[in-house]
Parts: sequence; structure tokens; C-alpha cells
Amino acid sequence: MRELKELLTVVSNEKIAVNTYKMVLSGCTKEITVPGQFINIALDGFYLRRPISVCDWDENTVTIIYKAVGNGTELMATLKAGAQLDTLMGLGNGFDTSKSGNAPLLIGGGAGVPPMYALAKKLISEGKKPVVILGFNTESEVFFAEEFKALGIETYVSTADGSVGTKGFVTDVIAKLEGYTYFYTCGPEPMLKAIYNATEASGQLSFEERMGCGFGACMGCSCKTKYGNKRICKDGPVLEKEEIIW
Amino acid sequence: MVSTKVKLCSLELDNPVIPASGTFGFGYEFAELYDINILGSISLKGTTAQPRFGNPTPRIAECPAGMINSVGLQNPGIDAVISQELPKLAECFSKPAIANISGFSVEEYVECCSKADKAEQIGILEVNVSCPNVHNGGMSFGTSPEAAAEITRAVKAVTTKPVFIKLTPNVTDIVSIAKACEEAGADGLSLINTMLGMRINLKTKKPVIANKMGGFSGSAIFPVALRMVYQVYEAVKIPIIGMGGVSSAQDVIEMMLAGATAVQIGAQNLVDPYACKNIIESLPGVMQEYSINNLEDIIGGAH
Repeated sequence: MRELKELLTVVSNEKIAVNTYKMVLSGCTKEITVPGQFINIALDGFYLRRPISVCDWDENTVTIIYKAVGNGTELMATLKAGAQLDTLMGLGNGFDTSKSGNAPLLIGGGAGVPPMYALAKKLISEGKKPVVILGFNTESEVFFAEEFKALGIETYVSTADGSVGTKGFVTDVIAKLEGYTYFYTCGPEPMLKAIYNATEASGQLSFEERMGCGFGACMGCSCKTKYGNKRICKDGPVLEKEEIIW
Repeated sequence: MVSTKVKLCSLELDNPVIPASGTFGFGYEFAELYDINILGSISLKGTTAQPRFGNPTPRIAECPAGMINSVGLQNPGIDAVISQELPKLAECFSKPAIANISGFSVEEYVECCSKADKAEQIGILEVNVSCPNVHNGGMSFGTSPEAAAEITRAVKAVTTKPVFIKLTPNVTDIVSIAKACEEAGADGLSLINTMLGMRINLKTKKPVIANKMGGFSGSAIFPVALRMVYQVYEAVKIPIIGMGGVSSAQDVIEMMLAGATAVQIGAQNLVDPYACKNIIESLPGVMQEYSINNLEDIIGGAH
């Protein structure tokens, strides 16, 4: 039996960029098994949980990075160390690293950057050489560029206004890169679609959808794929390039 | 030692707690989380004659103490339910389940119900004439006593198992529809389905739900559901499965006092996948707290 429900304790909760917070939570993390999975957090006064992607985890802690963009996440931003959160752990399929080849490209856009971190660590541990591209709108939104560099991997940043890194979109960086074997990406849907069209390589794309339950029961986040109907929360959020119907 | 057993038509349930249709899939995925044989029964995902993808997304909107869904009866169709979903359920659930059937015409209800009736695992047919999320179907049959009675008669003519008609709250007088179903031969009634609702996104200034409106459920609607069960109980003799915002053992008892023989848990399953398990486990203790020895004795006790 899976025990999805875990009462996590906030260890730290700090602002790392505009409207962007990094929260470290402690508790049992055995249900988190694959990079690209998410956790679903219950908040006092809100009926539905907040699905947030896992940025990193070890045996006793999980790190998430979230944007305060609505009433729920704004409440999360006010939580102090010691606060407890009823959380469903290890949801979604996550990224399959067996298909990556030796030099996969990792592309994160905005709130889609965090899951790339655990994925990069996993790929490195498998002896692969990932290259990462992080896309943001402007300098004040940039986060985790140094953390990726600290993993010892080639890291590119693009900003729409050119305030940091390459001016333009992540696809402008992709256009200059060669030799990558596969791609993994997470970010806003227009970015996913642009990447899908910008490269011949095969890859995996992590999607967002408004969810009810987050664990496959309500059919609130269904999408059509070439492999049949899928639930973004349970059969996804990661879909293979070949199955996507835009 | 308290007894949580209830008799629902021909079925003896270990307890009155049943996950509501559309919040529990076809059950087997929850068997990864706990032994689903502790449930009284399971009301399976709403099924139609043909496979349906359902409505465009977003299908979900959050509300104070509840949520709106506009799934639109996504399901693989009755034939796939019988050939693929029921066998998977049989591997982890040994009790009779409830088939929840929707349609777009009398003929479709008849076809679907007669197929479900023949499935050994199905103990009750729950005929959904109340889905607010599909056009020209579902709810339109449940908003007039004549149409609801027509469906009831047609389904009863081709089935052998107890037929429960699932009613919508989106009507002026639910009692007249309940009575029409009873007179047409219904063996029981399920109420209530979701209430038609909507939210508007202040940033886009457009409806949150792609289909604009959807079914509002969750603890916010409990008092409305309870009131309707209470009213219908006074007007009919057939058993009622009460539902609508039930989220605790206390709510189950309240619903039974209003007149429900069994109780379905809906939206609460979506915020807590262990909701039914927790309710079933806490029920005996809550019964003792209120000096209830036999749950069956309290049905309609508030009247």
C-alpha cells in the first residue's frame, strides 16, 4: 500500500527572486522516486490542494520552489519554519532518464526550472553530461543559475529583455547548440510548443493543468494524446514528444 | 459493540459509506492506497453507451469550501467498462458495486443499463439524470417529473437489479421529481448531484471553466443536500442514498438522520484520497459518542 499522505514541517521558506520562494520541508519522502514528480499541499482555508513540482529531495527533506501568484501560494509565502503542511507525496510519472542518451538538453522556463534540478542530479549520477538552459523574462526573476553551475554542468540563461544571458527565448539558445541527444523540458505551454518545433531531437515535456485531486481520481486534467486519453496528474505530467497532440 | 450495517434494497452493506461516482474512478486505483473492501460499496465512474473524452480543460475551479467540475462524463463506454474496468476492480474488490449510467436518449439509458444489469459485479444501477455538464442530456431528463419517470420506466423494463435514480438539485421542486420516479417503479433515489455554478477569473475577466459553468460540490453544499434528503424522505417510501458535501462521520450520521439509508462521499475523496477510509474507521467512535448502537435505527430519525 502507498501512503501518499505525509505531514511535512517547514524547515525554511525564503524569497529567492521576484514572487519566487524556496521552501524546504522535512518528513518522510519515500513516495518521491523520480525527478519531475510533484507534491500536493493542503492549505488552511483552501478547498483544493496546491500541486508544486519537486526541485530536490533526500531521505528526510524535500525542496520546492514556487511562485506566489494567487491567494494560496501567497499564503504559502507567509509560512514560517515549524509550520506543518498536510501533503500528498510523489505524484505523477516524472521524467524517464533511460532514454536520455549521453548528452541530454534540459530546458526550464520560469516556474518550470525547479524539476530540472533533481533531473540534472539524477542524470549526472548516471554518468551523463546534461546541458541546461534556464529561461526567464527578466533579471529579477532569475533563480538557481548558480546552483546548476555548481553541479558542474554547462548552464545557459536566456531572458526575454536581455538583462541576463542570451536576449530572447530558450529556443534562441537551442538554435546555437549542437550534439545533444535528447531533451527534457518544463515550463509554460507556449515555450513547450516552441521547443517541440525547434528541435529534431526526441524528448519529454512536462505539462501544467488546473487539477482537482492530483492523483488521478477526478479526470479534471485530462488531455488527448496519440497514445490515448491521459490524466496530466497521474499519467503525466511528463509526456513524450511523440505522443503530444497540440 | 456498535453495528454499522445497513440494508439497501437487496444489498447488505457493512457500512453506509460509498464513494460517489466520478470521485473514485473504477475503484482499483484506490486499492494502491488502502484495502477498498472496507467500503460499503463503490459508485463507479459515470458511464455512457459510447466512449467520451468529455469537456475541454480547464475543467476545475476552486470555491470557498468546495469546487466546480466540468469533466463532462469522460469514460471509456459501457462495453469497455464491462470488459476492462470491471475485471480490474474484481481483483481488489469483492462486494457488489454500483454502476452509474448516463445517456443522451431514452434508448441509450436502456442499452447501457441493460448491459450493466447483466454484469455479475454490479449490485445496483444508479441512473444519472442529473449531470450538469453535458448538453442535451443528463440533467435535462432530471428536471421534469415526466422525463424522469419515462427514463425510470424504460430502465426498469429491461433490468433485474435495484434501480436508483440520481436526482439533480437544480430544480424548483425535487420532491415532485422524486415522487414521479417512485411511481414509475424506481427502487431507490440518490441525491443530490452537483449544483450548477461558475467562477470568473479576475485577471482574464472570463469564466475559469472552459465550459463556462460546472457542478459545484464540496462541504459548502452539505446543508442543501441534507435539506433535500429530508424533504424527499417525507414524500417517498423507497430508500435514499444521500450525498452532497459529506466529509466526516458526523456528516454521515446527520445525513442518515435526515433519511438516507446509505451515504456517498464525493468531493472529499479528491482532497483526501483516504477520506472514505477515515470516515469508516471513525464511524463507530462517533456513534458511541452520540449513543447510537445500530446505525440502521437512526435512518430518518430527525423526522
